[in-house]
Amino acid sequence: MELLLVFLIGVLYAAGVYLILRRSMVKLLLGIMLFGNATNILIFLLGNIVKGKPPIIGADFKVFQDIYADPIPQALILTAIVISFGLTAFAIVLLKRVYALINSDDLDDLNTPEEEDI
Amino acid sequence: MLFTVLSGLITSGLLIPFGKFFKSRWSVLLACLPILLFVYYFSYIPDISLGKTFNQEINWIPSLGVNLSFRLDGLSLLFSLLITGIGSLIVIYASAYLKGHQFLDRFFAYLLLFMSAMLGLVLSNNIILLFIFWELTSISSFFLIGFNNQQKESRKSALTALTITGIGGYFLLIGLLLIVYITGTASIDALFAQASFIQQHAYYPYIVGFVCLGAFTKSAQFPFHFWLPGAMKAPTPVSAYLHSATMVKAGIFVLARFTPILGNTELWSYTLLIAGGVTMVYAAIHSLFRTDLKGVLAYSTIAALGMLTFLLGLGTREALTAALVFIVAHALYKAALFLITGIIDHETGTRDLTLLSGLRKVLLPVFIAGTLAALSSAGLPLSIGFIGKDLIYEATLHGPQQLALYLTIIAVFTNVILVTVGFYAGIKPFLGPLPEAFQKVHLPYRAMWVPPLLLGILAFILGIFPHLLGGSLIQASLQVMDISTAPVNLKIWHGFNTVLLLSIGTLALGTIIYLVQKPTANKLAFIEKFNNLSPKHIFERMGALLLRFSDFYTNKIHNGYLRSYMLKIIIFAEVLIGYELLNSGPISIDFDKLSPISFYEGFNVLILIAAVLFTVSTRSRLSAVVGTSVIGYAICLIFVFYSAPDLAMTQFTIDTLTVVLFVLVLFRLPPFLNFANKLDKIRDGFVAISFGVILSIVALKVLQEPFETQVSDFYGQYAYSLAKGKNVVNVILVDFRGFDTMFEIVVLSIAALGVYSLLKLRLKSSEKE
Repeated sequence: MELLLVFLIGVLYAAGVYLILRRSMVKLLLGIMLFGNATNILIFLLGNIVKGKPPIIGADFKVFQDIYADPIPQALILTAIVISFGLTAFAIVLLKRVYALINSDDLDDLNTPEEEDI
Repeated sequence: MLFTVLSGLITSGLLIPFGKFFKSRWSVLLACLPILLFVYYFSYIPDISLGKTFNQEINWIPSLGVNLSFRLDGLSLLFSLLITGIGSLIVIYASAYLKGHQFLDRFFAYLLLFMSAMLGLVLSNNIILLFIFWELTSISSFFLIGFNNQQKESRKSALTALTITGIGGYFLLIGLLLIVYITGTASIDALFAQASFIQQHAYYPYIVGFVCLGAFTKSAQFPFHFWLPGAMKAPTPVSAYLHSATMVKAGIFVLARFTPILGNTELWSYTLLIAGGVTMVYAAIHSLFRTDLKGVLAYSTIAALGMLTFLLGLGTREALTAALVFIVAHALYKAALFLITGIIDHETGTRDLTLLSGLRKVLLPVFIAGTLAALSSAGLPLSIGFIGKDLIYEATLHGPQQLALYLTIIAVFTNVILVTVGFYAGIKPFLGPLPEAFQKVHLPYRAMWVPPLLLGILAFILGIFPHLLGGSLIQASLQVMDISTAPVNLKIWHGFNTVLLLSIGTLALGTIIYLVQKPTANKLAFIEKFNNLSPKHIFERMGALLLRFSDFYTNKIHNGYLRSYMLKIIIFAEVLIGYELLNSGPISIDFDKLSPISFYEGFNVLILIAAVLFTVSTRSRLSAVVGTSVIGYAICLIFVFYSAPDLAMTQFTIDTLTVVLFVLVLFRLPPFLNFANKLDKIRDGFVAISFGVILSIVALKVLQEPFETQVSDFYGQYAYSLAKGKNVVNVILVDFRGFDTMFEIVVLSIAALGVYSLLKLRLKSSEKE
């Protein structure tokens, strides 16, 4: 299964990079989201992958009795998911505003290169 | 001494709030400052003549060895008097010359700033401090030269001057830092004692090279001379000040200052001799071909600077004496000639030598001043110029035997031409018939014609009583630069000898050239044919090349397109990570330890990959968003399978929210436009896939590493006993790493505020297109 995840990471990263390199702002944003997802899974892979053993201590015990899924990558990913939501939400609203202003989704329309007046 | 340096800076600063007051009629009051400073330094002459030096040190950055450390000795006193004395006259002159100018306050602020910088430079006893003032002179002269900033030429000249002197300053800094590096001290006092150590050090040639480059750029030595004629775009009082006594003499001052530390070696002597010799001959020839009065003066100034460098290079006691006397003589007559040029320009509106004539009839006092200055420049007996010239010949004749003849020849050659151009500038405009156009020319304010007259008279007073100068300042300056203490005896009359013969010959030849050769437009045209070969042209070509390169660089590397930046960053990352991966050896994975694939897991991944492909390829914005949400939910399932319930819950919530937000906000957007051509897509696809492959390999590497469980075990062990929580992930987030989570919440709140305000913000009508 891990190998499948490794492959998945590659696919997600490739798709993310490809979308980031587009001119459309929406695609850029989607690309960033995919990029983030790929990174989350990469971090997930850093811990040991265990099925059906969540890092929750049993009701009658004070410490783990069995092997359990690594809690640290999970804590990291949880933070990452939430923060990336903050970014995405802001970016979406910003996109809307940009669209309202310049009536375009094209990143190049945002460029106003300085006139050569030096 | 610190106060004298600071007073100019303070006054300059005070002109910001009180500029209006001085702009009207009281600008001449500003001359009080340099006059007071002049008197202050003048009072030091008796003490300094006795060979005393005065030091003042105030800690500034002691940890770096940079202190406000000043030293008043003969050399710095000589320069201080020139700076403040001529500065006083310039301020008086400028208050009339620029009367009613819109930015008069600004002008004086720059001028006083410049004066303070020069004073600081000559008084510094710390070479880093010296460098700071050196740069300050470059910067303030930039503003002075570009004072008429509405003219393109003026801006360009100012920029050229700043570039050249700035580059020079950079070299000087390297040289000075090398000195500090090898000796461990930045104090000039202390360096005097270490002269022989420095000269035997392996870095000595580099130090000489860098210090000389710095001095040569500032003092307009060939091939860096061209900023000086350009700087003539400045208002004439500025030219007079910068090019007679101050700015260009700064380089000479540094060479003189370092003579006892770096001098008296073959390397030093030949560097200065060659640079100075080439400069003076080159500039002297050029000055004959100019028709613009200021152009003539500019080239003759360069020639004089070349002469000074040349004399410092010669380095004998006679040569140093000659250099010091010549500094004074040149400052006096050149300042006077510039001021006279200013008057002529101011009154007639032209500086063209071929047009000017007969002005003696309307500008008599100016004519007298011009004649005095020209005669001093020509070296007529009884003028200080005569003594200077005598000393120069004496120095060259007594130079190294095999060279004495050649040195004398080029000195005579340069001096002959200086005589001629001195006459051009000081006498020619006044002789001959008065043209119709100049009939109505009238004498300007007294504040304008008195200063050059004073300078001209002073040149003769010092010439008649040379001991005034020789016994005091020159003697004391020489003491700083040279070990021997024999008294200096400047005399009007040296008796009949070769030197006198040469002097008279120079004067006669110069006069003859003046009589037969007149500057004409044809000659100017002739010399301008060589412009393509001039250092100025080469410099401008280099500047243009640099501009083209930066144009290319900007368009290629820094073009403002986000995707282009991303592409470069990603390719760079690929190369870097790829290289590291290649070096890190083969991957070996223990397949037995991997968990098996069940049917539903495999199916989930298939869905995921299909969704990714759909998202990338779809043309519709909405379906792309749907595709992303499918990806999110599939990842959520992965978290469910592999024992991460918290992650699954969070991912599910967030993904749903994102899709809702996306659809709510963006549903009105049009479908994707196809911007990219096929080639771009293939390129991007290639880059993207290689990035994916590289990251997959990184993930494989991760798998290969043994798991480090120490930290996880800690949390597992103490989650309950310390934090009373059983969900370890939650405990980590809200307890062990509680602060991190708190700040995360802060970040989210800020994002929420941003979202809210952006949604609330109405478009202004002006923003609607």
